[in-house]
Amino acid sequence: MKIKTNILNTCILSGVALMLTSCSYTGGNQGALSGNIAERVYVAPGEQDDYYAFLSGGYSGNLTVYGLPSGRMFKEIPVFSQFPTSGYGYSEETKPLLNTSHGFIPWDDLHHPDISQTNGELDGRWIFVNANNTPRIARISLETFETEEVIEIPNSAGNHSSSFVTENSEYVVAGTRFSVPVPQRDMSIDEYKSNFKGAVSFVSVDEESGHMDLAFQILLPGFNYDLAHPGRGKSHGWMFFSTYNTEEANTLLEVNASQNDKDFIAAINWKKAEEYISEGRFREIQTEYAHNIYDERTHTATSTMKKTVKVLDPADLPGLVYLLPTPKSPHGCDVDPSGEYIIGSGKLSASLTAHSFTNMLSAIENEEFDGDAYGIPILNYDDVVGGVVEQAGLGPLHTEFDGRGNAYTTFFISSEVVKWRLGTWEVVDRKPTYYSVGHLMIPGGNSRKPFGKYVVAMNKITKDRYLPTGPEMEHSAQLYDISGEKMELLLDFPTHGEPHYAAGAPAELIAPNSKKFYKLEDNDHPYAVKSEANTRLERDGNTVHVYMTTIRSHFAPDNIEGIKVGDVVYFHVTNLEQDFDVPHGIAMIGANTSELLIMPGQTKTFRWEPDKVGVWPFYCTDFCSALHQEMQGYVRVSPADSDIELSWSLDGE
Amino acid sequence: MKKSNLMMILGSLCLLALFVMPMWIITLEAPQYPDGIGMDIWINKIEDHNPNDIKNINLMNHYVGMKPIPDHMKEFDIFPYVIGIMSAFGVIIGVSGNRKLFLTWFIVMVVLGAVGMYDFYIWEYDYGHNLDPKAAIKIPGQGYQPPLIGSKQILNFTAHSWPAAGAYFLFTGILMSLGAFLMKRKEQEQNEKV
Repeated sequence: MKIKTNILNTCILSGVALMLTSCSYTGGNQGALSGNIAERVYVAPGEQDDYYAFLSGGYSGNLTVYGLPSGRMFKEIPVFSQFPTSGYGYSEETKPLLNTSHGFIPWDDLHHPDISQTNGELDGRWIFVNANNTPRIARISLETFETEEVIEIPNSAGNHSSSFVTENSEYVVAGTRFSVPVPQRDMSIDEYKSNFKGAVSFVSVDEESGHMDLAFQILLPGFNYDLAHPGRGKSHGWMFFSTYNTEEANTLLEVNASQNDKDFIAAINWKKAEEYISEGRFREIQTEYAHNIYDERTHTATSTMKKTVKVLDPADLPGLVYLLPTPKSPHGCDVDPSGEYIIGSGKLSASLTAHSFTNMLSAIENEEFDGDAYGIPILNYDDVVGGVVEQAGLGPLHTEFDGRGNAYTTFFISSEVVKWRLGTWEVVDRKPTYYSVGHLMIPGGNSRKPFGKYVVAMNKITKDRYLPTGPEMEHSAQLYDISGEKMELLLDFPTHGEPHYAAGAPAELIAPNSKKFYKLEDNDHPYAVKSEANTRLERDGNTVHVYMTTIRSHFAPDNIEGIKVGDVVYFHVTNLEQDFDVPHGIAMIGANTSELLIMPGQTKTFRWEPDKVGVWPFYCTDFCSALHQEMQGYVRVSPADSDIELSWSLDGE
Repeated sequence: MKKSNLMMILGSLCLLALFVMPMWIITLEAPQYPDGIGMDIWINKIEDHNPNDIKNINLMNHYVGMKPIPDHMKEFDIFPYVIGIMSAFGVIIGVSGNRKLFLTWFIVMVVLGAVGMYDFYIWEYDYGHNLDPKAAIKIPGQGYQPPLIGSKQILNFTAHSWPAAGAYFLFTGILMSLGAFLMKRKEQEQNEKV
């Protein structure tokens, strides 16, 4: 109780202090300088931004794409949530992407994007994101900006410490936030301690296709696994996970999981794990998880259910996992670009702990352990710590690096970004955020080569920053220029959902590869029609397939008769256009799905079950030409016992 | 071999470039097409300047009732023979060194070029004026004929029509035959002096 009160007091005090500092801050920096700042974020009409920023949408289930420095939102990419804007998760082709062992789950909580890497540098091919609620990892193509693959993570719950990629994209990791019985079973929650397990998963990524595969899982003690970052450079081959609730409490965690002075960062030697796998020292356990792959040529996803997973038990496998004591409920777990320092931010602490990878290796070599947890060696804090940034602020969360020896840490409680030096552990600069900042992002921040020009801070509370829009406002991101000695706040911009982590990359890495349309001749969709001459209807019992095309500015066919109440009608619509940014939409009255937005050269399908006799219109939902409004058609729906034959026409022919 | 003969032969061979390069290019620019769309006209075909350009030109043109760009035209059957035969004749004439024939070849080529341009104009006129009476957009008095050469505003489009690489070889070849003719005269005058 005492601890809690203290923290509350400090919150209030720091809140007051912050108001004072922010007043003087905004009061003092106007005039010529603010004009100069406006120029530095201004991207004139027709000009383009220097960086892409990919912000997680949190509970929106989506990933949003922004430009830096303008802060303009370019796109929302649906990943784990249905998205009526495009028909994602509604179209027959994309529904399988949302399949899981629990069935069709059309929502999730998307937390941490990470861009694929080669030799520790961003390669701009894919971006990986995690679903927190029903554990999944998705791969998004940065050519099409579409979700191409989703793999469910079994034995896991609250998939928080993911998705982070190793330096050649060998693996994407997924760590469980909630420990659970493995395998799941009916048991008393009271028996949590020593019975619940924390699975961390290593998902391999095929170098060519990007296809993911759940390579193995490591069953760790029943802590909560919060965040992770890959080793790089000298620490390549290791993955670091922060933990909280090493108390293994199962109720009122806000108190009961905040008792230990130190929790752990778990250091996992995944090269060692690969050795143990190749030596066969794993258990194969029965489970169930979905693996969903979207094929760009058939424009269709398939879902496969997988049944087993290889599991490693660190208690029996020496050298696989070590625990690094870290104060106090560390949240962020960030590795500097050289791979030497692993920064643990105790979210209930005022100091930052930087573990030294070199010290860690020598402590392991000397076998200087401070006991073990369920057979996993615990290293001595004093042996592994490389430096401490003392009293840097309140509630440190996440750290990113600029590649010039500086680190930038967000402080949730004192609402600020603090810049400090690696090695000297001195605070160099600090800037307020508005308010309660979570993650921050420097493009390339999780790589060996950060692009240290900007940092984006992602705030949880927006309050007075924009015009009010009712009780809730969009969260706010803030852009700082970090190219000089002092950070400079350049811009506020709203973000959608609750952005957690973000990833960023230079525009020139991604823009040249962006796809402009799908080649019609490459369209292998089984229901595609590539010319109006082949458009038709086919009946199979009470199922009717409509093979339809769209082009500016008509559907073919546009008059359909012979559909009956009780039929199940599939509209397979191919967009015959071959031009950049010319999708067509289609919406059918009474259809219990959404519209479709079909890209040039693409085929998409929606299902319609007509329930009323009549002549029902459909129309194009995406403005496509001066005659867009004329892009429409009719379906005649007759009684179930009608003997009207299927027929279709365009221009009466 | 005399320089003039060589020049005549090389000039005639320049015509063959038309088999490997487009002769003419028509491009259209509009706000909705920041990169422009265009078609390359060869002696035996019309091609996309960038992938799918013809498809996209047809798509736009159908609103005003223009016919699709033809896949095939009768000129495509004739032009390659004309060019091939003229090139061959030019080489033979070059070898023969007959000065009068140099001039004849030059004049024939100029006439053929003019006929070709006239034919091109006729086609453009028909393409731009022979509109579908059911067209969605009708603007009284508005034609859609691209310029024969140069640039022209057609509704929201700026149409450019310019010779392409093959045509420059053709012009060079024709001029070289005239050059060969003039050079031949000088050579003969010098011979006479000697």
